Amino acid sequence: MNKAALIGIIAAVAVGITIGVLGTTGAFNWGQSANPSITNTAATQQPVQEALKLSGSIVIDGSSTVYPITEAIAEEFSKVYKDVNVTVAISGTGGGFKRFVVNETDINDASRPITDKEKEAASSNNVRWLGIPVALEGLTIVVNNSNNLLECISIEQLREIWKPDSTIKYWSDINPSYPRQEIRLYGAGPDSGTFDYFTEHVVGKARASRTDYIPSEDDNVLVQGVANDRYALGYIPLAYSEHASDRIKILKVSNTNGGECVYPNNDTVTQGKYPLSRPLFIYVNYDKLQSKPELKRFVEFYLENAKSAVEKVGYVPLPDKYYEEALKAIKEGRYSANDDTTLVNLYKNIK
Amino acid sequence: MSSSGKSHNNKEGYFLSINQSGKAIDKIVKFILLGAAMFTVAAIAIIVYSLVSESINFFQHISPLEFLFGTRWAAFFDDKAFGVLPLLAGTMLTTLIALGFAIPVGIGSAVFLSEYASTSLRRIVKPILEILAGIPTVVYGYFALYFITPNLQTFITDLSTYNALAAGLAMGVMITPTIASLTEDAFYSVPQYLKAAGYALGARKSQVIIRIVIPYTLSAVFAVIILAMGRAIGETMIVAIAAGLRPTLTLNPFESIMTMTAAIAQAATGDAPRGTVEYTSLFAVGIYLFAIVAILNTISSYLKRRWEIKYE
Repeated sequence: MNKAALIGIIAAVAVGITIGVLGTTGAFNWGQSANPSITNTAATQQPVQEALKLSGSIVIDGSSTVYPITEAIAEEFSKVYKDVNVTVAISGTGGGFKRFVVNETDINDASRPITDKEKEAASSNNVRWLGIPVALEGLTIVVNNSNNLLECISIEQLREIWKPDSTIKYWSDINPSYPRQEIRLYGAGPDSGTFDYFTEHVVGKARASRTDYIPSEDDNVLVQGVANDRYALGYIPLAYSEHASDRIKILKVSNTNGGECVYPNNDTVTQGKYPLSRPLFIYVNYDKLQSKPELKRFVEFYLENAKSAVEKVGYVPLPDKYYEEALKAIKEGRYSANDDTTLVNLYKNIK
Repeated sequence: MSSSGKSHNNKEGYFLSINQSGKAIDKIVKFILLGAAMFTVAAIAIIVYSLVSESINFFQHISPLEFLFGTRWAAFFDDKAFGVLPLLAGTMLTTLIALGFAIPVGIGSAVFLSEYASTSLRRIVKPILEILAGIPTVVYGYFALYFITPNLQTFITDLSTYNALAAGLAMGVMITPTIASLTEDAFYSVPQYLKAAGYALGARKSQVIIRIVIPYTLSAVFAVIILAMGRAIGETMIVAIAAGLRPTLTLNPFESIMTMTAAIAQAATGDAPRGTVEYTSLFAVGIYLFAIVAILNTISSYLKRRWEIKYE
């Protein structure tokens, strides 16, 4: 054997061992560094025995918008309940529901309520569900930082811009006083719940949109696009646009032309004043919630820690009282199958 | 077998048995090697089969004419359209930009390395050039997005953040080493006596290159270019990151575009359920892409063979 080959083998073995050691000691555990400390006071109060006896696995899929919250909570949960294996995947809200309604997943992250079609699919597969709002989110309309043309845009204007076969091509098509420069549009990719929400609430029909825009399921791609494109216009979840507010300009939004312009922030989103605010959900398999103690515990844990996790990842938490009431309802079994309005009404009544 | 020949005059039976087991081993080895060779053929057969069987599904819903000549691609929207022309335009646009960059740079560096560079310089530069070929394409993608585009935007003010030009240029950088390295090999194979004859007739170096080296290697160079073109057409990651994923029927390099490969990647990683038209569309685009690349590779190997027959 020649020298070079020998050195190569030694180096490979050394690297392998290093990675192995770092892996087991957790030094390579990249995922955890993102959310180092969510205060889980409630979890630590749980008796150790219960933590020891819970085992099994929880399979979660769905929205990329809700993912950061669920992922943060799943990580904390795994620290306490080491024998419960929680996996969180991203397939988009619709993609996740496709798995949820055939009983493949326990929980579906959703950035919009379940649709009638999905309800039918669930009932034909004997899957019952419970929808739980976990946070609020504002969808922001953003332009380039150097754009001084406008401060506020109406839902009607957005509809004209984004509807299929829209004739708006230049900024001057929105308002003749604007320059005749092409609008470069950025928006959610068709796999994302944000796309479903935007098309349904702004365009007026789910999944109906003009198609000549730059789509991405990754909101950072959209931030990058709008930040470097002088004539851009896009829609991005508040959590992302707020972090990038030094690089992009967030517009106020009014319900009607000439109506009151509202700037999206925690207050206006919580109070529902901002026209494009929406609840984010987790949909839980109703029967498994009863039969799998680890799932029930996870949902309780979710509501116990939702506020801190939601704030940590940049979304708007629901009122404290809502989380308390919802937690009580889950603990005491006061919920019914195929229902996502009771809990929505709960937080609406609180504010 | 040489060992059995060496001691042929020893006990016959003993060596016969060795010979037979040797033959058996030979057969097994041959069988294993045949299996390895057949594996690639089988892989192609399986790929073609899966592409065809799934795209039959697609063409039951969408007519081939609508697919080939439709001018709008919107697979995931409410108002669906499956015209492949915008994707074809995107692929051709980025590929032409890549070739426009890579052909002059690649052939230029090949000429320099084989004709002008000293042996020691060649020994340093050529490996560096070949490192370029080993960079993962995802790196090229972000190189295009975060380096090429911002620099281009300083003098092309209305350049979109995601555009065909930057993606095409990054692809050009990616295929340059392929062109340079293979072209240089071809140049290197030009017989010394031909060049010497040129010099003997009083030709300058540039004349020898233009009149002797390039004509001699022309079909090999074309073969290399077409091979590189195939790579550019099949490139996915760079265009998915830097070109915008917006299907646009345009040849304007400043626009955001979507290539065929990017459309396949989007359909394959998205949440389109199996069996739907939008899901099977990826196989239809795949078979079209496969056909294009197969034709290019055939042309390339034909040119290469013709060159080899002619001169070797």
